[in-house]
Amino acid sequence: MRLAPPMSIRSRREAPLAAVVILAALVLVAIFADLLAPHDPTLPVPGANVFDPPFWMEGGSTAAPLGTDFQARDILSRLIYGTRVSLIVGLMGTLVAGAIGTLMGILSGYIGGWVDQVIMRVTDAWLALPAIVFAIFLAAMIGPSMWNIIVILGAVYWTRYARVIRGEVLTLREREFVKLAEIAGASKLRIIKRHILPNVANTAMVLASLTVGVVIIAEASLSFLGVGVPPPQPAWGLMLSEARPTLLAGQWWLTVFPGVCILLIVLATQLFGDWLRVKLDPQQRNL
Amino acid sequence: MAAFIARRILYSVVTLVILSGTIFLIVRLTGDPVLLMAEAGASTEDLARIRQQWGLDRSWAVQYVTFMQNALTGELGKSFNYRLPVSELYFQRLPNSLQLGLFATLISLLIGVPAGIVSAVKVNTWWDSIAKGVALLGLSIPGFWLGLVLILVFSVSLRWLPTSGAGDWRHVLMPAVALGWYFAASMLRLTRSSMLEVLGSEYIKLARLKGLPDVVVIAMHAFKNALIPVFTLAGVNLVVMVNAAVIIEVIFAWPGIGRLLYEGIFQRDFPLVQGVVILAGFMIVGINLVVDIAYAVIDPRIRLTR
Amino acid sequence: MSFALRAGETLGLVGESGSGKTTTCMSIVGLLPRAARIVGGSVLFEGEELTTKSQRELRAIRGRRIAMILQDPMASLNPLFTIFRQVAEPAFFHQRLRGRSLRSRVQHLLKAVRIPSPEWRMREYPHQMSGGMRQRIVGAIALAGGPSLVIADEPTTNLDVTIQAQYLDLLKDIQRETGVALIFVTHNLGIVAKMCDRVAVMYAGKIVEQAPVRELFDDPKHPYTRALLGSVPKLGNKDPLYAIPGQPPNLASLPSGCAFHPRCPEALPRCADEEPIDFHPGAGHAARCWRLDEHAAASHGRSHS
Repeated sequence: MRLAPPMSIRSRREAPLAAVVILAALVLVAIFADLLAPHDPTLPVPGANVFDPPFWMEGGSTAAPLGTDFQARDILSRLIYGTRVSLIVGLMGTLVAGAIGTLMGILSGYIGGWVDQVIMRVTDAWLALPAIVFAIFLAAMIGPSMWNIIVILGAVYWTRYARVIRGEVLTLREREFVKLAEIAGASKLRIIKRHILPNVANTAMVLASLTVGVVIIAEASLSFLGVGVPPPQPAWGLMLSEARPTLLAGQWWLTVFPGVCILLIVLATQLFGDWLRVKLDPQQRNL
Repeated sequence: MAAFIARRILYSVVTLVILSGTIFLIVRLTGDPVLLMAEAGASTEDLARIRQQWGLDRSWAVQYVTFMQNALTGELGKSFNYRLPVSELYFQRLPNSLQLGLFATLISLLIGVPAGIVSAVKVNTWWDSIAKGVALLGLSIPGFWLGLVLILVFSVSLRWLPTSGAGDWRHVLMPAVALGWYFAASMLRLTRSSMLEVLGSEYIKLARLKGLPDVVVIAMHAFKNALIPVFTLAGVNLVVMVNAAVIIEVIFAWPGIGRLLYEGIFQRDFPLVQGVVILAGFMIVGINLVVDIAYAVIDPRIRLTR
Repeated sequence: MSFALRAGETLGLVGESGSGKTTTCMSIVGLLPRAARIVGGSVLFEGEELTTKSQRELRAIRGRRIAMILQDPMASLNPLFTIFRQVAEPAFFHQRLRGRSLRSRVQHLLKAVRIPSPEWRMREYPHQMSGGMRQRIVGAIALAGGPSLVIADEPTTNLDVTIQAQYLDLLKDIQRETGVALIFVTHNLGIVAKMCDRVAVMYAGKIVEQAPVRELFDDPKHPYTRALLGSVPKLGNKDPLYAIPGQPPNLASLPSGCAFHPRCPEALPRCADEEPIDFHPGAGHAARCWRLDEHAAASHGRSHS
């Protein structure tokens, strides 16, 4: 009896092409919104009525290819500018959360003792509230603006980083190169900068890639409830909120298009994040 | 065991103190509620009277201690707007939220568990890829947008279901799907990974070595073990859904706790907001405590390692 | 590879970890992981060819005619089922025993593996039992279907020494009582000496030497077997332990020729290109090594068949 050698598991997964293409396209759209958008997103389209349907439907025109909203503004232009809001909030919010969380995680894991206790209890308290309830609460209390939303979402979503990074640091702390640096008399700050931070960077990146989508949906939710990005800024969540009164009249395009945009961007970031996790973290620990 | 439970309870209390303290502080840092309550042009005496009436003239520390003392006796303050105790309002709305949450949990289990099992049993096949796709969509489609689309399709186009309000099962169906959708994805992921872990275990190998039919191996041996964490998550999710369904409840005009919170926020009814948020925290810390202790009772290994 | 064994006989399967012992066992009963498959050869069991059987047919053999004791008996019991249920399953599904006859069968099995007060113990769950006891339960499960072959895959690695010895005695007693054939997989040559009639030494997925146990210990023919024997500590022996240099090869990328040649202290030039064939230096003794090919010393370069 002879056995076949074990099949080699696919060792290297290619980057998900669709996700990369969508992300790249969305980034370009956000950067060149001024060039791409046919109309000013905050002003009515000249000559158009309110609630014009998309161009392929009866009564639609190519002046506003995806139709107009309750103020006769061009949906397409608003979607294009909305990409900017979503990406800025998604990336900046993730950055703020990642910065706070990584810092807290390192302090908690490396210094230990009462610092660890305090940070972990605060983390527990934060996690005790559903993130979206916490975010709504903060947004309602602090007041709506795009930059407030970024800070708020950062302040809500840092805890996941803190927990994971802390666990990572706890094992790093026991590794030889850290011990050696300690014996050599390196300061704590230096050890954190030279040895800890570079080694948790991968984990932080994977977490970040998986957080962006969550933050984007959170922003859309807040804007939808009227505690996020304030009008007349073109944010997708806000567009959905403005579409609500027309929902029962069957003006579906006002609801469908912004939602599809959110879906696409989140789907692409999730796919990319999954790929990054496998690539940077071959053991596939559960992050 | 007793030491373990004592430590868990202590942590929970600390968590709640930090949580309520944070909420309390944020509410007071972000504006003077008295100005919102008084009618325009009210005199300083009027303001002072309101302040005294609501206990807002005392220092924050005193207010917080009083608040916590009252909270421990189940008294979370009075809503400015409704002039009713917050806890009364909360528990008035609780059955509605519970109904919605239960339906949503049911939907998340009905989608997530079978899909997760198939995906794990047929790992790395087409079935698995489909299930992964469903999980990905669950995390990517915003629940509230799904709700809006459901209204478009089933209420506006097909005219099958009512758009809003509470009533019979037809009212709860769409909000439950919209709410349960996201959680179905997490159920699917957990069921899949839990099943995979169990299927790779030695006792499943032994069950196969006994020559048992595959159905028995999967449905009896693997399923039972794999579903403990899944049902635990379902329980925790239920508590989260009851307290966090703000947008879904707003969209479907569902008279639950989420809507109460939403109303409180827009009327700047800060005792109400503070109370609801803290009660939500209490509920979730409570269920986590119960789960931790239950696990420790069931599984002696946890007691030893934690 | 090939090995044969008769009823009541014990074969030891020895080799370093990663030499394919477990895979061999699992392939006998047709339970290989998805990534692996049998590419050739045959498994003959009581005159029947097993490699061509369907999963359905194999299921009727597993647990009933061939049973297995796994590497980690501590983990091979389902934590959520009672002992009764787990021991009863093979008899329930294969012999279709029900009710009272099933109960008495389980009690009998538990008694056979020396579980005290079985009628009481069988209502308990695995976590309520000690390690040695759980392992005997696993033994009872193996016997439950009334098999003619039991494959024990390193069943004592996770136990301390006294319990190990008790368990081995128990297995021998049971073998004497039931006449079951036993394949004993281990890397512990002391256990082989104690338990086995014949030994097969595995290296890189192949059996490189096979002989009756005394003969193998006294007169090992394959350099790998000699190296293995040299790495066993002996009482009173002052010589330093001989450790085999290098690492066992990765089964997915085997060296050319004899898989052992990169680590072999006695390698010949031809070992690097030609895979050795079986030589028979004695009755019931086989080894795969070009060193045994006396007749090749004269006629060099003959290709292997």
